[in-house]
Amino acid sequence: MKNLLEAHAVSKNFGDFTALNKVSISVPKGSIFGLLGPNGAGKTTLIRVINQITMPDAGHVLLDGEPLQSHHVQNIGYLPEERGLYKSMKVGEQVLYLAQLKGLSKAEAKIRLKYWFDRLEIGDWWNKKIQELSKGMAQKIQFVVTVLHEPKLLIFDEPFSGFDPINANLIKDEILRLRDNGATVIFSTHRMESVEELCDHIALIHQSNKILDGKLTDIKRQYKTNTFEIGINAADKVALAETISQKFDTSITDFRSLNDALKLNIKLSENESANDLLSYLTTKGEVSHFVELIPSANDIFIQAVKNN
Amino acid sequence: MNHLPLIIKREYLTKVRNKSFIVMTILSPIIMIALIAVVGYLSQLNNNKTRTISVLDESELVTDVFQNTEHTKYNLLNNVSLDDAKTIVEEAETYGLLYIPKQDSIDALVKHIKFYSKETPSLSVISSLESKLENRLRDVKLQEQGIDLDKLTASRTKVNIAQESFIGEKTSKIDSYFKLGFGLAAGYLLFMFIIIYGNMIMRSIIEEKTSRIIEVIISSVKPIQLMLGKIIGTSLAGITQFVIWIIIGSILMTVVSAIFGIDLMQQTPQSEMVQQAMENPEVAMEMQNLIAAFYNLPIANLIIAFILFFIGGYLLYSSLYAAIGAAVDNETDTQQFMLPIIMPLVLAVYIGIFTVIEDPHGTVSTIFSFIPFTSPVVMLMRIPFGVPIWQQVLSFLLLVGTFMLTVWFAAKIYRVGILMYGKKPSYKELIKWIKY
Repeated sequence: MKNLLEAHAVSKNFGDFTALNKVSISVPKGSIFGLLGPNGAGKTTLIRVINQITMPDAGHVLLDGEPLQSHHVQNIGYLPEERGLYKSMKVGEQVLYLAQLKGLSKAEAKIRLKYWFDRLEIGDWWNKKIQELSKGMAQKIQFVVTVLHEPKLLIFDEPFSGFDPINANLIKDEILRLRDNGATVIFSTHRMESVEELCDHIALIHQSNKILDGKLTDIKRQYKTNTFEIGINAADKVALAETISQKFDTSITDFRSLNDALKLNIKLSENESANDLLSYLTTKGEVSHFVELIPSANDIFIQAVKNN
Repeated sequence: MNHLPLIIKREYLTKVRNKSFIVMTILSPIIMIALIAVVGYLSQLNNNKTRTISVLDESELVTDVFQNTEHTKYNLLNNVSLDDAKTIVEEAETYGLLYIPKQDSIDALVKHIKFYSKETPSLSVISSLESKLENRLRDVKLQEQGIDLDKLTASRTKVNIAQESFIGEKTSKIDSYFKLGFGLAAGYLLFMFIIIYGNMIMRSIIEEKTSRIIEVIISSVKPIQLMLGKIIGTSLAGITQFVIWIIIGSILMTVVSAIFGIDLMQQTPQSEMVQQAMENPEVAMEMQNLIAAFYNLPIANLIIAFILFFIGGYLLYSSLYAAIGAAVDNETDTQQFMLPIIMPLVLAVYIGIFTVIEDPHGTVSTIFSFIPFTSPVVMLMRIPFGVPIWQQVLSFLLLVGTFMLTVWFAAKIYRVGILMYGKKPSYKELIKWIKY
């Protein structure tokens, strides 16, 4: 597995302010890579470096093993967070213009636009001006502009903001389909549930430094606390809770269930196994629920930021 | 990759198709011509009105100078007292009464000449009366001293110094006026062009920022390409507008003067005096000289210099406008940056008007025709008077050098500024951006 994009020790200062401090990331080919971080962490600066909008002070970026050059803009599709279109220009003219700026010929751009406009069912907007469209409609057009030149690398900065759930889903499916067709996606967002759904690799940037990166499953394994959520039916729940807490590290929890069971979180130490816990519990009552608690991306995000 | 033609095309088409641009392009010359026509029509009305001036000449020295003309009638009063004359004039509601009393000497007489009227009389009427009286009284005085007026008239000699430069270029006074007119027109045109279309460039960059499309564009093109594309595209739109203005303007001018029969060019309040002067054969000769003067101008030099300095000066200033557009979020924030741009422009025009007229090759004019921020305007005003080629070339090279410097500087501000939102930039901030 080769990396499509590698950034090596990229630094960028704006006057006295350090926006990026020796940040390195590796984006594997064909992955959806989540670039996460609180506001002002330096995500956008990193994305701008990759797009050659901003030149780094130090470090370098490789795309497909080559140092970034100006012709690489044709291989990258970028949907910035601060996005807009020329308000008084017609949709068709505008997308043709932007497609040609990405190096497509006019004829080729027209063919591809027809495909995409039919696909997203926006064909009849061709002669409308942007100012006549709603924000969500304009976003769809921006999405088309971003992917039209079939770039190897797609960068989406908060792609779902401004979409209603139906269109957000539509766009999400399109992103997954593009990935399946061979594109690599960098995905910058605050919305952790979409990270959970889409990303297989993540990097977390906080205060200009990268504090965490890797495969999402590896990171989750690393951040899991060996805690199990259990439900056990018993006549005297208070007594049972007392008994269990003497043997294990427990805390009361709650989750949806049909039974009126005792609900606990049980944290195991390193030398205790899940099987030991389960067989112990079966001696106390009927176990209706037994799940290992996997940290959510949200938990990891908050914890990693806090620890720093 | 070179996207410049694509950007220029888009900028040009967007500008040209813009509704307010179209409306302005068509309406401006119509409004201008309409204004001129109204003014012309009104002043014609004014001139068609015949003024009647009553004259009570008790001295009987000047009576025969008051000959009726097309617009002024003189009503000579005899054998009435001043008070009666006043009553007569007031009741007749004519323009006014000129009173010349009888005195022992002319010197005493002139102190007592008076003009009575209901309203304050027009300045041109009074001065025309004054010059009539002055001429007449001078003749009377001369005759008193025994000088033969005919001989005096015959002895008048008109001197017209023919001017020629050492390399044999003939010039004349009328040439100078012509050159001045040409220079002023060129300089002023450049000034207007910079202000109108520089602002247009600035606004279109601000629009790109506020619509937030800039980051999408800038991920495919270099900022400097985008900036140059905008400058060139807008300039082409500007030239188109100018050409249309000139065409519509001249068509309308012809049509209006044909329909209303108003000679738009000629209606000045003193047209009567001008007409009198025109009848003078010497002036007519000068008019012919005027046409010769046009051919005397260094035309090839002028045209080339005009094109080069116009483009150079315009690009220099428009790159500054572009930088300002990139630095701010909205038009109200541009004020603080406008002054340093407008100042040298205004200065250039003033220097052109006041010192180039006085002395086209003096120290001040020469120095300012080399300083790049004033050189386009000042040099364009100087060139009709003949500027050595080496000076023109040096000045142009300086202009191009400075232009490259400002483009570099503007591009720096541009590439940082276009991605900067919500910050009200100060000069300090801008200098920091250049270092990024």
